[in-house]
Amino acid sequence: MIEFSKPHIEYDLLWPLLLVFGVACLGVLVEAFLPRGRRYVAQTALALVGTAAALGGVIFVGVGLDDHGDARGTIAAEGALAIDGPTVFIWGLLLAITLAGVLLFAERRLEGGVSAFAGQAAALPGTDAEREASTRGLDHTEVFPLMMFAVGGMMVFASANDLLTLFVGLEVLSLPLYLLSGLARRRRLLSQEAALKYFLLGAFSSGFVIYGIALVYGYAGTMGFAGINDAISNSTESRTLLLIGIGMISVGLLFKVGAVPFQSWTPDVYQGAPTQVTAFMAAATKVAAFGAMLRLFYVAFGSERWSWAPMLWVIAVLSMVIGAVLAIAQTDIKRMLAYSSITHTGFIITGLIGARASSGLGEGEITSTQAVLFYLVTYGFMTVGAFGVVTLVRDAGGEATHLSRWTGLGKESPLVAGVFALFLLGFAGIPLTAGFAGKWAVFASAMSAGAWPVVVIAVLTSAMAAFFYIRVIVLMYFYEPVGDGPSVTLPSFMTATAIGVGALATVVLGVVPGPVLDLAAHAGEFIR
Amino acid sequence: MSTEPYIILSAILFTIGCVGVLVRRNAIVVFMCVELMLNASNLALVTFAKANGNLDGQIAAFFVMVVAAAEVVVGLAIIMTIFRTRRSASVDDASLLKY
Repeated sequence: MIEFSKPHIEYDLLWPLLLVFGVACLGVLVEAFLPRGRRYVAQTALALVGTAAALGGVIFVGVGLDDHGDARGTIAAEGALAIDGPTVFIWGLLLAITLAGVLLFAERRLEGGVSAFAGQAAALPGTDAEREASTRGLDHTEVFPLMMFAVGGMMVFASANDLLTLFVGLEVLSLPLYLLSGLARRRRLLSQEAALKYFLLGAFSSGFVIYGIALVYGYAGTMGFAGINDAISNSTESRTLLLIGIGMISVGLLFKVGAVPFQSWTPDVYQGAPTQVTAFMAAATKVAAFGAMLRLFYVAFGSERWSWAPMLWVIAVLSMVIGAVLAIAQTDIKRMLAYSSITHTGFIITGLIGARASSGLGEGEITSTQAVLFYLVTYGFMTVGAFGVVTLVRDAGGEATHLSRWTGLGKESPLVAGVFALFLLGFAGIPLTAGFAGKWAVFASAMSAGAWPVVVIAVLTSAMAAFFYIRVIVLMYFYEPVGDGPSVTLPSFMTATAIGVGALATVVLGVVPGPVLDLAAHAGEFIR
Repeated sequence: MSTEPYIILSAILFTIGCVGVLVRRNAIVVFMCVELMLNASNLALVTFAKANGNLDGQIAAFFVMVVAAAEVVVGLAIIMTIFRTRRSASVDDASLLKY
């Protein structure tokens, strides 16, 4: 008879994560027990307060982490989760993005008193049932618990310290996002199609992840990241299983971040999903997935670096070049931003192949972890802000996403056009914006690891990418409005706050990147 | 007991699932092929657990089953919605978003 010993759970470190899941479950109960009229206020308040409390908790946990020289933190929950500096940094960033996301989700003024989500997802488009739902002003407030579940999954994903937790986190973050993509109030066919594509391709890629996990487990005999690394260092067995396994797990992770050649879902889903969901998903998924990728590649496969680094070189180059080339040809603003996010994925992977440990660095050089974390901060806030602006430019049919509808926006609304231009300049990486500081960080870290060919291509692609960002700015300012011209709907303070925070971060991180870079450096190494 | 035949079987099942996703047109069948991939992984996990002499793989197989069940709930909901709207579950018909 095997005796069971009680597992030791570090509740004092894990409570922000558990709080997020708790808020999600409470949200489901709110849906079940509150009358329809009261749900919106209750759900918004619950999500906002819960996220803010979790964010406070993450800061509190981060300050109190154990110090072990290079790395800070503890392996928690019997080895399933690693609560260390990078984890806390990514949790904080995720929750900050979530706060902005909740504000965007809760916006009701743009649609005239209802949210941007379908009144009743089950009612068929163009039927009486849909019209009735719309005249009664119905709302799907389930989006808030769905979002909180996704955030909880992202937090697990980014802190997973064994392969099984990684897989569970991946699924918990993905499933709510599939549903959220299909819930748009307007252009429902596009939205449903986006959900179908995202779901089928996402499920396909998670099939690869789990088979890869099985193979790596077969090679190493353990699921824990540290154990896998030991097995790689010590084992003399054939590496076939390991290499195929690494490849298959990479497929899934690269799919989630939208890297070429696994990018095909990105433009479709970013365009079809409700823009609020796109804003949240584009920023938060990328943050969580890169957090998980950093940990997986550095902690579990760190000793196998020579076999995965060349793969990432190729993928970084492909993502940057193909993303930028295809973005030039786009006529839809959301699609263009989607291709631009593929280019950014390439830039972040460039940072990923940089120097790993701070011990091998000269004065003034930065580690990959620091560079990638910093880039994620800049990218996350700019993305939320930019998609937030897209929700404001509207015509009778909802959001006017075709580029031709954006001509002359600078005359119609100088403020909105100005803020959007700021985000575009940030994406392009013009000095004194956050994008420049982020690019400088990842390029510097890749240079210090000798990946200069990738950096050269990255710099050239940045120039190419600047073309299609600047084109939109030219379109907004130097052309006369066509026909009625675009109209900008005034948002409530919620969307305004989300966009404002994004714009503020773009400027502040560009002018004084030091404090956040220091914070990323202070996060230190991954704990093993 | 040799574990090799089971690994080979799981690889064959995984390949069938993978090819099925790529060539089949009906969203439900595509989805079934994804489930086949997950179950092939389960077989591999359990076999490796036997080969490695620890239980991690078997525990993982339970989690994969739960995940597969959750995926069915979400997936069928999405496929149902699109079928009701379009009167077709073909993945080729959903082609409004492109380029």
